[in-house]
Amino acid sequence: MNLSIDIQEREHHSIIFVQGEVDVYTAEQLKKSLIPLTEETENLVEVNLDGVRYMDSTGLGILIGAWKSAKKHHSHLKLVQLNNRLMRLFKVTGLDQMMDIHPIKQGGNQYENV
Amino acid sequence: MKTFDFIQMRFPAKAEYVGIIRLSISGIASRMGFNYEEIEDLKIAISEAVTNTVTHAYKEDEIGEVSIGFGVYSDRLEIMVSDRGESFNFEEIKEEIGPYHPRESPIENLREGGLGLFLIDALMDKVEINNDYGVIVLMTKYIHEAEVDSDDNEISTTQQ
Repeated sequence: MNLSIDIQEREHHSIIFVQGEVDVYTAEQLKKSLIPLTEETENLVEVNLDGVRYMDSTGLGILIGAWKSAKKHHSHLKLVQLNNRLMRLFKVTGLDQMMDIHPIKQGGNQYENV
Repeated sequence: MKTFDFIQMRFPAKAEYVGIIRLSISGIASRMGFNYEEIEDLKIAISEAVTNTVTHAYKEDEIGEVSIGFGVYSDRLEIMVSDRGESFNFEEIKEEIGPYHPRESPIENLREGGLGLFLIDALMDKVEINNDYGVIVLMTKYIHEAEVDSDDNEISTTQQ
């Protein structure tokens, strides 16, 4: 029931690794880490969701907020390594049509690091 | 004549308990024979309903209780989430409750809580809401038919 967040910062490219459960209890923690990255100008913010075991609308809400914030600051939000469960959430809500999303590829190890 | 088991739980309306509630429904649904995907859907649906109560409680600056009732049937699970701490009459409330009609609005424009209700509606087979005494959400999910057909043991189906 915990969330752990790890951030790697490079020039104009931040990678944020999210692990654990994103719900109403942990959402604020994600928001505090993620939103400031999207407020930098011309930054590529890559959110790696590989370690996310649970997410609901509170997590989606934060990702939508981050997506909007990135747009506003001429940055780009990219979601990578989504498992089938997460993809289902994005498809059900139609967010997959709106956001830049890269699911886990079958067979593994094809993940491109931009 | 009682044709189902009823389980009731009460929690403080605090964010830190939502994960515990997910563990509870996971156990009940697994025992009933729901498959992995269905259990994950149930976890999200119940979390959304409880989250609405929890965030509302924080806004009101008054931490109340959330009551959860599980109606365990051979073919389905009914879940009731109420933002009132007191016990409820499951059958009585079911009669007074009405269906939920999601409003058609782009996901971006959904007001707070709207996305949660949208997900509940998408992931459950039936959703009903009553606003007469606080907010009560009643949701139903049927056990995947293929599993019931392949095994007549109903609830005694083992999950190994």
